[in-house]
Amino acid sequence: MLIELKNVSHIYDDGQVTEALRNINLTIREREFIGLVGHTGSGKSTLVQLLNGLIKPSTGTITIDGLNITEGKTSLLGIRRKIGLVFQYPEHQLFEETIYGDVAFGPRNLQLEEEEVEIRVREALELVGLDYEEFKDRSPFNLSGGQQRKVAIAGVLAMKPEVLILDEPSAGLDPQGRQQLINLLEYLYEEKGMTIILVSHRMEEIARLSNRVIVMSEGEIIFDDRPEKVFSEVERIRQLGLDLPEITEILWRLNKKGLQVRTDLFSLTEAVEEISKELRGAEPC
Amino acid sequence: MLRNITIGQYLAGNSVIHNLDPRMKIIITIMMITALFFIDSFLGYALFFLAVIIIVYLSRIPPIRILRGLKPVLFLVMLTLILHVFFTKGGDLIWRWGFISIESEGLYTGFFMVTRILLLVVFTSLLTLTTSPLELTDGIEYLLGPLKRIGVPASELAMMMTIALRFIPTLLEEADKIMKAQMARGADFESGNIVKRARNLIPLLVPLFISAFRRADDLALAMESRCYHGGEGRTRLYELKIGIRDFIALGLSIILSLIFIIF
Ligand SMILES: Nc1ncnc2c1ncn2[C@@H]1O[C@H](COP(=O)(O)OP(=O)(O)OP(=O)(O)O)[C@@H](O)[C@H]1O
Ligand SMILES: [Mg+2]
Repeated sequence: MLIELKNVSHIYDDGQVTEALRNINLTIREREFIGLVGHTGSGKSTLVQLLNGLIKPSTGTITIDGLNITEGKTSLLGIRRKIGLVFQYPEHQLFEETIYGDVAFGPRNLQLEEEEVEIRVREALELVGLDYEEFKDRSPFNLSGGQQRKVAIAGVLAMKPEVLILDEPSAGLDPQGRQQLINLLEYLYEEKGMTIILVSHRMEEIARLSNRVIVMSEGEIIFDDRPEKVFSEVERIRQLGLDLPEITEILWRLNKKGLQVRTDLFSLTEAVEEISKELRGAEPC
Repeated sequence: MLRNITIGQYLAGNSVIHNLDPRMKIIITIMMITALFFIDSFLGYALFFLAVIIIVYLSRIPPIRILRGLKPVLFLVMLTLILHVFFTKGGDLIWRWGFISIESEGLYTGFFMVTRILLLVVFTSLLTLTTSPLELTDGIEYLLGPLKRIGVPASELAMMMTIALRFIPTLLEEADKIMKAQMARGADFESGNIVKRARNLIPLLVPLFISAFRRADDLALAMESRCYHGGEGRTRLYELKIGIRDFIALGLSIILSLIFIIF
């Protein structure tokens, strides 16, 4: 699976013209975990919607596995099977009477046999940590917000996409829910071999999970590099109105105060090790 | 895709016409429209048209917007024209083919009626183009005020209109989002026969209604927690004020109306 964007621009025109994306060039390869960040209105959601053909670019071309999806004739259903998109607040799109029915909506649209549908629903629900037998006949509307979100994500997973795109999936979740989501994404990436694109405002998530970070601003790509490279551009990141991952922030401040620590670490244990190593080297006080 | 639908056709601006008091604008519009029906010559229409041109000029609305506003009545206009041209008889015979004939009276009445319809639509659209829906609602509330005595719930009606106007764009945006989300799951809103299409709308309508109810709940709670208790004695953020130019506008349109009615 290879997604390629060439000179893609997108303009929303509803009385008032907004240039949401400007001349984007981007190649997404198989088995990448991409963190997509940028301030509010920088064009992240527009970009991900372009990726599975929900909106068409104003200019430029998008090819998916060699198939040009900007041309009129291509089958969008085929693309949507390959590329799953979880919208922001996906729980707002639940509509069926039972959780089973809602998760089955996608697979049924793919014209799968009912047996296969059932297998997929079961698998998807277990993936997000909901017991199949317990939940399948319940109404999605009697669940807590966090559980509803899980059902909605399962609805996309049941389509078995090769690429999973999530638009701010952790917005409004409690710490435990966020942790579960992170674990799920990690699992999907490591064990299921999915390509993942994660849009998020939480830099810790991005730093921990992704192996490539794309920073957007005003509809353009500003950085596109490995996370440690991107987050070493501390001043620029701040200037763009973005946070740093907490750990980077601490290491960077220590560094500024004169402690010679590396600032390109994102896991807590590594950071602790680095700091204590440096402290031991310093003069005892 | 759904965002393109705008409610009303208000074009924000800061012209003399925009800044007139909405109550005055509503009264003037009603008066001028009534006067329009008293006009009985094309000369009168020409005068009316001149007034329209002056207002358009003052309001700085691009004329193309006004022409676009005529599109919905095009069918009605054509129908009126055809009916009159072929079926109103009298005057000189102009053209005949078998039993179909066009006579001068028909031609005259046809164009007369069409001009009236067009001017009517243009003049009302001047009101909606230069007055925001909220101002209009405010204006209507005031003008209905005297009817409160006989039990017309003017304030409540106005509040309902305001809320509806406020939430229609929000709901459209929401519908757009839900539609995209379901399309990402392979939903198809565009093909199939009528029955199938209607069925396919369920994944859009259910979440939309749920969200509308949720919003209504939130709004009710928010209003209640700010002590809203019906329209009685409510004060407003922007008081409507009638100024000298409102009276000038009123004066001018009274004079014009009288001219139309008397001559
Ligand atoms: N459906 C739409 N119609 C018109 N303009 C839109 C639409 N969706 C987005 N925009 C505009 O396009 C620009 C980019 O929006 P987009 O939703 O892609 O930003 P974003 O990076 O996802 O922001 P956020 O972090 O707030 O979700 C914004 O200026 C926005 O106002
Ligand atoms: Mg967004």
